[in-house]
Amino acid sequence: MSTLPPAPTPLTLRRNVQVTIDGEQVAVPEGSTVLEACRARGAEVPTLCYLETLAPVNVCRVCVVELEGSRALVPSCSRPVAPGMVVQTSSERVRTSRRMVLELLASSVDLSTAGGDVHRWIEEHGARPERHGPPAPAADRDHTHAGHHDPPAVGKAATAAQPVKRDNDQYVRDYAKCILCYKCVEACGEEAQNTFAIAVAGRGFDARISTEFDVALPESACVYCGNCIAVCPTGALMFVSEHDLRAGGEWDESRQEVTRTVCPYCGVGCNLDLHVQDNRIVKVTSPLDHDVTRGNLCVKGRFGFEFAQGG
Amino acid sequence: MDLRTTEAPPSADERLAVDSVLGPPESGWFGGGRTPLDGHIAVGGLSLARRRRHLLLPSLHALQERVGSITPAGLGYLCTRLDMAPAEAYGVASAYALFSFEPGPPVVVHVCDDVACLAASGGDPAGDLARHHGPAGSRTAVTWRPSPCLGHCEHGSAALVQAAGERGGRASLAPFARGDMDRLAALGADLVLADLPVPLALVPQAGAEGTRLLRRVGRLDPSSIDAYRAAGGYEGLRRALEIGPQGVVAELKDAKLLGRGGAAFPTGAKWEAVARNPVRPHYFVANADESEPGTFKDRVLLDHDPYALIEALTVAGVTTGAEKGFVYLRGEYPLAAARLEHAADGARRRGLLGGDVMGSGIAFDIEVRRGAGAYIAGEETALFNSLEGRRPEPRNKPPYPVDRGLFDKPTGVNNVETLLSVLEVLSMGASAYAQLGTPDSTGTRLFCLSGRVARRGLYEVPMGTTLGSLLDMAGGVAAGRPLRAVLLGGAAGSFVGPDDLDLPLSFEGARAAGTTLGSGVVVVLDDTVDMTAFVGRVARFFRDESCGQCVPCRVGTQRQEEAVARLAAGRPLGSVDDELALLADLDQVMRDASICGLGQTASSAVTSALRQGLIGDGAHLANGRRR
Ligand SMILES: Cc1cc2nc3c(=O)[nH]c(=O)nc-3n(C[C@H](O)[C@H](O)[C@H](O)COP(=O)(O)O)c2cc1C
Ligand code: SF4
Ligand code: SF4
Ligand code: SF4
Ligand code: FES
Ligand code: FES
Repeated sequence: MSTLPPAPTPLTLRRNVQVTIDGEQVAVPEGSTVLEACRARGAEVPTLCYLETLAPVNVCRVCVVELEGSRALVPSCSRPVAPGMVVQTSSERVRTSRRMVLELLASSVDLSTAGGDVHRWIEEHGARPERHGPPAPAADRDHTHAGHHDPPAVGKAATAAQPVKRDNDQYVRDYAKCILCYKCVEACGEEAQNTFAIAVAGRGFDARISTEFDVALPESACVYCGNCIAVCPTGALMFVSEHDLRAGGEWDESRQEVTRTVCPYCGVGCNLDLHVQDNRIVKVTSPLDHDVTRGNLCVKGRFGFEFAQGG
Repeated sequence: MDLRTTEAPPSADERLAVDSVLGPPESGWFGGGRTPLDGHIAVGGLSLARRRRHLLLPSLHALQERVGSITPAGLGYLCTRLDMAPAEAYGVASAYALFSFEPGPPVVVHVCDDVACLAASGGDPAGDLARHHGPAGSRTAVTWRPSPCLGHCEHGSAALVQAAGERGGRASLAPFARGDMDRLAALGADLVLADLPVPLALVPQAGAEGTRLLRRVGRLDPSSIDAYRAAGGYEGLRRALEIGPQGVVAELKDAKLLGRGGAAFPTGAKWEAVARNPVRPHYFVANADESEPGTFKDRVLLDHDPYALIEALTVAGVTTGAEKGFVYLRGEYPLAAARLEHAADGARRRGLLGGDVMGSGIAFDIEVRRGAGAYIAGEETALFNSLEGRRPEPRNKPPYPVDRGLFDKPTGVNNVETLLSVLEVLSMGASAYAQLGTPDSTGTRLFCLSGRVARRGLYEVPMGTTLGSLLDMAGGVAAGRPLRAVLLGGAAGSFVGPDDLDLPLSFEGARAAGTTLGSGVVVVLDDTVDMTAFVGRVARFFRDESCGQCVPCRVGTQRQEEAVARLAAGRPLGSVDDELALLADLDQVMRDASICGLGQTASSAVTSALRQGLIGDGAHLANGRRR
């Protein structure tokens, strides 16, 4: 599915739509999202669950903006523009919701490998995760029963803390870092891989990414394409090689070089970005804007690199 | 799709359970016996199997009822039959409270510990049970679990008994006393669900002059279509067919009928939008998921006047051009399920459903589908996902259901009370109906009175009746004690106080007072109720019922529960003002940035309790504005 090139843009020009972003008029093509309009205007709108190559699920709510005439804030990543829309990206209401979304995430999830922007946003918005109290001890999150929970001790904050799942040689799943952005589920299912090895299970604060009955990956339908790793924004899904280097304190992006090449295994022609540190391949990605892969690979391109470094 | 299911074969019972819904397997490709042909011909039936995904929930019910849990082998067989990935099916099943995944005892008693029963008991029903029968979920032949509201609040206590086995199923028990638990425990696996007493409905006004929606309740045999017709039943459908879709829509608009499911949306406009939509087919859904704590109105109507819903849904179907209607009934209403099925069968036999409705040449039929313990599945778009065999997660709006609803087709959806009110509009005529109530809130409205009120039960009054006169009808506060507060509208509603007795119970009256009628919940609270425990229960409800999709609600409901617990324990983090500021921030982000109404109202009761000084040390939020 994923290897189908995107439909060519028709030569007929799309009509432009006029909208007002933070008091200034911008014209964007019909069918654009409010987020695209905000970006065209140069306004920074944080996003977490949004990715250019996936259909928006609009669940994280960090991208909400104020739309004149709408009772609640609206997710900019999924709302299509309509002529005459008046949007505020930085009003008091927007900033409060954004701050709270970031604060709620930071209070419940380990964001240590989530990338620089997230930490900058947390700082800039003055989110204070610590005011929800010290974390409750890690809990079994895989066998909760919908509609029932044991509240944490008074004064403690429940979190997603749990042991790392390491059940295969390719990648680890550290769901203590999972913000439940649904990207991996989308990538594994309808949007790219069509394998459906993982899904969201449970509900509410106990919702989690899981295989059926939480079986280990080797017992699941997983084919180790790693397309879930490629879209994960927090490092919850990580190459074993990266995970171990980080654990040993040796992961150092400043010492890494990224080399683009073409996958040698078959004739499809997927582009590979080899991330190399100290002469060893430490992870493999594929460019999102490549019209063959759109960031996706198969197990051979993603993980079949041991031969290149002598086994 | 690379389908990979568990190697373990299903048990004979599991096979029977799944086959009872899906029929026997078509071939070896779908888990049947292999024939020599299977190896040689490719089967084009996979997409057909996938089109039956909407049978996932009924099949899960069958498994749960037969074997008492969803096992890997049972789920694996079901997935083979539906050509569905087990991870996805597990994701769906694990979102519902009535399914379990570990082998459990044959009998599970779900005992309500929610707002109305908490208030009525004057104590702690779950704690009592734990002291006498051991902790919830213990591994005895008969175990119990605390449950959110079971929709029998007028009895002040309620349980749902779930039994597994050949005669497995569910039965409600209300009222429910500790002695009932002793009797159930003594019976153990010998329990016969059909032997349990059928719960009654408390309707003090039953049959009284001036009632409309309640006029048949308790006066007719709910299993007799003849009795229903003799009482004027099916005159609404006859009139709808006479005046045609345009006529019906005009009547609803002239009657100014607004939806009773919470959002007060104009019913005529909704029906018109579906009817006019050129995309086909259309669907119509009766929302009978009633799970708002303190609500039991739809249950009373469905248990005691089931033909009325079947007729009203048929009116909706023929008016909006839908050929298929669904009743989405909450899984905790086994009596209503049986009576609705019976009523639909009866209507079908009389030619009032099926290929030629009442001789009009129009086709319309109805299926009753059961939910499985998820408040969120009552939100209309989550309901569609549930019917389709997906996780009950609300969808992003727009698009709205009238454009893209069930199976992405134009869909109408109405609450049970709304649909029954349509019949009243048709029988009285729009102008007479509009004379009832207030100019902006026409007609009558059902109110569910529970908690510390002298005569608990379901009441029907014209819109605009004051809260005080409604309480008077019900005999005032029980034992003449002082009124402390009323939880109005449900867990998603808010508290009003003794000073609000002149509040007119109309949409505009509630709005002006910064509150909501919600689903007609009126939980009366006196000075015996532990308000801290009560508000804590509301906070726990939202924590347990959030679908978990969006951050403001998933984490916000958790943090709200924690903050309320800290205030209740008198152990604030920082000062009490810090805690109030934190709760105000949670209120704002949930209200403003959540996807659906659950998150948007999850802080409403807590916030109003704080404003009224009902919990904490009487501390009010800084600005006194009530919402
Ligand atoms: C969390 C949540 C739960 C809901 N549950 C119900 C329900 O159980 N029954 C119902 O009729 N409407 C429920 N609704 C409202 C429905 O989404 C929808 O508005 C209603 O069924 C429309 O019917 P009406 O126009 O007749 O009011 C719920 C909404 C939310 C946000
Ligand atoms: S590696 Fe591929 S198949 Fe396995 S879970 Fe991730 S996306 Fe799915
Ligand atoms: S594992 Fe990563 S991609 Fe998947 S939901 Fe969690 S954060 Fe998102
Ligand atoms: S507000 Fe709550 S219930 Fe609604 S979509 Fe978000 S998480 Fe789910
Ligand atoms: S980026 Fe828009 S909701 Fe997550
Ligand atoms: S049945 Fe107990 S609160 Fe409704």
